[in-house]
Amino acid sequence: MHEFLFGTYPYIATAVMIVGSIARYERDPYTWKSSSSQMLARKQLIMGSVLFHIGILAIFGGHLVGLLTPLALWDALGVSHSFKQMIAIVLGGVAGISTLVGGGMLAHRRMFNPRVKARSSFADTGIILLLLAQVILGLMTIIVSLGHLDGHEMTKFMAWAQGVATFDGAAASHIVDVNILFKLHIFLGLTILLVFPFTRLVHMLSAPVRFLWRPGYQIVRTRREK
Amino acid sequence: MKVRAQIGMVLNLDKCIGCHTCSVTCKNVWTSRDGVEYAWFNNVETKPGIGYPKDWENQNRWKGGWTRTKSGKLHPKQGSKWRILANIFGNPNMPEIDDFYEPFDFDYDHLKSAPEMEAFPTARPRSRITGERMEKIEWGPNWEEILGGEFEKRSKDYNFEGVQKEMYGEYENTFMMYLPRLCEHCLNPACVASCPSGAIYKRDEDGVVLIDQEKCRGWRMCVSGCPYKKIYYNWESGKSEKCTFCYPRIESGLPTVCSETCVGRIRYLGVMLYDADKIEQAAAVEGEKELYDAQLGVFLDPNDPEVIKAARADGVPEAWIESARNSPIWKMAMDWKIAFPLHPEYRTLPMVWYIPPLSPIQNAAEAGKINVNNNMPDVQSLRIPVRYLANMLTAGDEAPVVTALERMLALRGYMRSKTVDGVINHEIAEQVGLTPLQIEDMHKIMSLADYEDRFVVPTTHREMAEDAYDLRGGCGFTDGNGCSSGSSNKKLFGSRKFVMPQEAAE
Repeated sequence: MHEFLFGTYPYIATAVMIVGSIARYERDPYTWKSSSSQMLARKQLIMGSVLFHIGILAIFGGHLVGLLTPLALWDALGVSHSFKQMIAIVLGGVAGISTLVGGGMLAHRRMFNPRVKARSSFADTGIILLLLAQVILGLMTIIVSLGHLDGHEMTKFMAWAQGVATFDGAAASHIVDVNILFKLHIFLGLTILLVFPFTRLVHMLSAPVRFLWRPGYQIVRTRREK
Repeated sequence: MKVRAQIGMVLNLDKCIGCHTCSVTCKNVWTSRDGVEYAWFNNVETKPGIGYPKDWENQNRWKGGWTRTKSGKLHPKQGSKWRILANIFGNPNMPEIDDFYEPFDFDYDHLKSAPEMEAFPTARPRSRITGERMEKIEWGPNWEEILGGEFEKRSKDYNFEGVQKEMYGEYENTFMMYLPRLCEHCLNPACVASCPSGAIYKRDEDGVVLIDQEKCRGWRMCVSGCPYKKIYYNWESGKSEKCTFCYPRIESGLPTVCSETCVGRIRYLGVMLYDADKIEQAAAVEGEKELYDAQLGVFLDPNDPEVIKAARADGVPEAWIESARNSPIWKMAMDWKIAFPLHPEYRTLPMVWYIPPLSPIQNAAEAGKINVNNNMPDVQSLRIPVRYLANMLTAGDEAPVVTALERMLALRGYMRSKTVDGVINHEIAEQVGLTPLQIEDMHKIMSLADYEDRFVVPTTHREMAEDAYDLRGGCGFTDGNGCSSGSSNKKLFGSRKFVMPQEAAE
């Protein structure tokens, strides 16, 4: 079971995410959107959405860099394991609380504002609750981590993530003996990847950073050569 | 010189009777769907009033349109690209549904299904968003119709800037006019500039501004970017929608639905040639009052041989150049100078223009207390203050509006003396700087307003705009969802066997 959840499931989840997203983008681009509900109810949205998005982007970046950067590189840079863990706990904690507060406001609005509630799909409500549960689990692991600040536990997760990323068959074995909270956190995280293409989360793939270096402001569609 | 052509529109407000046929036919064609019940691509407002959505003209509040920086550059008033992206998680300048109105329907069924009761059954309103009962409708489409509501609230109208508005709240001095509004299909559209996805674009061949429904991601910056608030967020599909200028009709040489069905025959459609190279400079002139003139400078004279040569070189079809020569828009905007852009101070260079309305002469004037010159009353004594019209149409510059109103009064005076007295009154024409021939042309186009004089729309050469090979086997015009209906109740790969037409007939 452990082998399946942490050795095989990551590949299932990632494959569904990638293939599903491509299929949705190709087959039905009309459904590819952020699904903003600001129009219906502005109250709670601006504050909630800003806190939530900034927090979750920081967390996302932190996980990506923290888990996938090879240990050897950190060692070469002279960053000790315990120092790295402290950084992760402090930054992750702050960002996590921001996400929790913002996400809490968004979830409350989605479930109790009559207009937003009436116009929410199962996926809309489900994904915000899923993310909220994930953030709470993530924040709870901080309490566990405070019990061992030497950074050794953290390296196990790095070994697992990098093992999965490099198709190492023994990846799951690195996290056999970690606390159940971590396992739940990882399992839920993978599940979020699994449901990704079926929810509004796809809008993150369309983050409009291209806007910043789009030449000029105006867009004209034409067949003539410029 | 980069010659481009656009179908422009002029609305003769002097003839608008406020019947809302344009709005209703437009709604029936374009926005009778879930999520856009509240949206009116075309709506008619009674002025003075705060309009739809509430207070839309107040850009200190909504931050629509453009701002000129000290260095003479333009950026959207809601912020440069960085600022727009920074607001993407929560747009502080976007109106809420209540600023438009909460869409509602009535329990019509109750009228026939109610049991025997003491009171007469009524059809009570129900929200189209939540489906819940609405006890009281606080705001709705056209809430200020024919001066509905207190003057106190309507007088928040932005066009009262610089007008002593208190006296217009008095019964004897009150005034009103209709203002039909639709997307302006601007030469310098702020919505296009604000769209982070790059989904909004202006069509090169006819100037129509459209939203690519498959590229729109619902970042909703266009809603706040457009100073006319003519982009509507569809809360059901999560995409923005706007007036399409009925492009499938325009392409076939037909007028838009709002123009076609206009009872008062106030709408005109025609080709305008313009110099695309001059747009940036014209939109960025320093003084707001110079913007009207600057936009006139962007238009190109279709009778000028140099312009025709350049237009041909730039690939403007011959039929379009020909239509530009017969364009009623050119005559009204450029020859007679009686049509004006709506709020040029937003710096968007709008392409839907308005002829200001004449209004009854105030009591004082009728009592003989004002100057009547050659049977022409002073336009300052018209019931609608000139400054009010100028705030709406020329960024507050009264002179061009005065000229336009005088020319329209002269048209009446001239035709009255011609048809009633049988006298050609040269003096009245000269007084307003027109020739009798011009006035008679004005009469033909503005007063008689024949169909073919109002709508001079050449068909579009689609082959020059897109590759027909890509369209082959496509789905034609749909609600923006291509071949997909968005619902998954159909089989993934379909199982219906193709039936030859002749087999089906047997």
